[in-house]
Amino acid sequence: MSISIEEVKKIAVLARLNLTPDEEKRHAETISDVLEYMKILNEVDTKGVEQTSQVTGLENVVREDVPRDSEIKKELMEQMPEVRENELVVPAVFEEETDA
Amino acid sequence: MNLNELTIKQAAEGLKKGDFSSVELTKACLKRIKERNEEINAFITVNEEGALEDAKIADGLIDEGEATVLTGIPFSVKDAICTAGIRSTGSAKILDNYIPPYDATVIKKIRGQGGVLIGKTNCDAFGHGASNENSMYGPVRNPHDLSKVAGGSSGGSAASVADNMCIYSIAEDTGGSIRQPASFCGVDGLRPSYGRNSRYGIMPMGSSLDTVGPITKTVFDTALIMEQIAGNDPLDATTVSDPVPNYPEEIEENIKGLKIGIPKEYFELEGLNDEVKEITFRQIEKLKKLGCKIVDVSLPYTKYSIAVYYIIVPSEDSSNLGRLDGIRYGVRVSGGNLYSLYAKSREQGFPEEVKRRILIGTYALSAGYYDAYYKKAQTVRTLIKKDFEDVFKKVDALITPSSPFSAFGIGEKINDPLALYMADVMVSPAAVAGMPALNVFAEKDSSGLPVGVQIIGPRLKEEIILRVGHNLEIK
Repeated sequence: MSISIEEVKKIAVLARLNLTPDEEKRHAETISDVLEYMKILNEVDTKGVEQTSQVTGLENVVREDVPRDSEIKKELMEQMPEVRENELVVPAVFEEETDA
Repeated sequence: MNLNELTIKQAAEGLKKGDFSSVELTKACLKRIKERNEEINAFITVNEEGALEDAKIADGLIDEGEATVLTGIPFSVKDAICTAGIRSTGSAKILDNYIPPYDATVIKKIRGQGGVLIGKTNCDAFGHGASNENSMYGPVRNPHDLSKVAGGSSGGSAASVADNMCIYSIAEDTGGSIRQPASFCGVDGLRPSYGRNSRYGIMPMGSSLDTVGPITKTVFDTALIMEQIAGNDPLDATTVSDPVPNYPEEIEENIKGLKIGIPKEYFELEGLNDEVKEITFRQIEKLKKLGCKIVDVSLPYTKYSIAVYYIIVPSEDSSNLGRLDGIRYGVRVSGGNLYSLYAKSREQGFPEEVKRRILIGTYALSAGYYDAYYKKAQTVRTLIKKDFEDVFKKVDALITPSSPFSAFGIGEKINDPLALYMADVMVSPAAVAGMPALNVFAEKDSSGLPVGVQIIGPRLKEEIILRVGHNLEIK
């Protein structure tokens, strides 16, 4: 199993990652190695085997849906990269989204 | 003996008796950090002023007779765990300026009883690695040989304990990140069962595998810490409500009559170093002398665990790391539209390995590949888990090497990601299955590098593996 530079570019756009041409080449090579290794799983007969997505056996863990004060509003605001009039500043959201 | 060389047990006794103060103990650790950190690079952030303030408060608690075993004891915390008011980068530049507004639950428990947080330790960025070379703050050097890696991903935590820059460390283990560096640095470290300790406030990697645990100088110290930090947390719905045993008391019992399994697959793995194998067998001999019954066992799906691990974890990772986008916190690289803000912030803020894992995960979860990779891995995971469940019907615990080799050279494997992934071969199976596992320092090899053994136990039976490890260590 191998992955091409074109495919790496496509995934990088999906993952919102800029890559240099050098990186694209290296990732295509190393990820191809990794995918090749994953073929080992084809040896295993998994017909009728359930998936394990968690190991605790816990089910439907719920809590009461009551509003509470987070108590750290000021500290959270301080972590924001850009704030104007007590609100987070972000670039326009409704423009053309990708330039890739 | 210098104060910074003490174990938790010794330090707590000294503090209680008034032999020294927490301020003196903290100063001894800070002095060691000043002397050694430049070379070893175990700490990204040293909390000098804050630690001294905390130590003063702890001395007050001790005077008033309100101390617990962790009061006034200086500890380090892996930088991928959030600490209120203290910079937490996860070893990636995208969080270079990030000061968490809250403590991870485990850290809150320790600080709440007067623990002295001395600094944040270097790691592979967000836990991605087995050598600590994937940190954007430089690699950690092994205190036993500065040309070697400290292991990863919690390399800074293991090195900070091994080099006596603190008394213990709190780290995170997704697929071996506590046990492998502990083994490389000659200290002890526990990966608890998934769900035993709260994950709230740790930077998530593989959410279905992440665990938080201690790295210590003795197994007894690990038991002391576990008693304080384990248990259900309403802020982490995956924590279990099973009662927390009195670990320090339980591990004092001898191990006569315990059945210990030797899983043959671990000893047949390609690349297992002969000397590591011999050292492990000397520990098995010791177990025999202590009255354990040694049983040969088999876990046939062992060899698939690396493949399963490196599909599941990057998949969960690629999703988890979506939150780091330069929008709400961390370092934002502006200019251009929204897409370019995302893509540039992530380009400059992540090291190459983080990008690789995001790409692998995004690929494995994409339409057309989901069944072949993620779903397949999750079904093989069931078989690996069943291997352990079956074997623990026959034995109480398993013993294996913690790593196929002792610490390797800095730069030796960095250009071959797959070779570095294979370094997790001994530690990933228990992680995939959610079992608890402990690294115990065994002895040094002929080149003077530490070698540890791994004790794996059934789910939520930390007391058994700690008991085996404690008995191995003190006898």
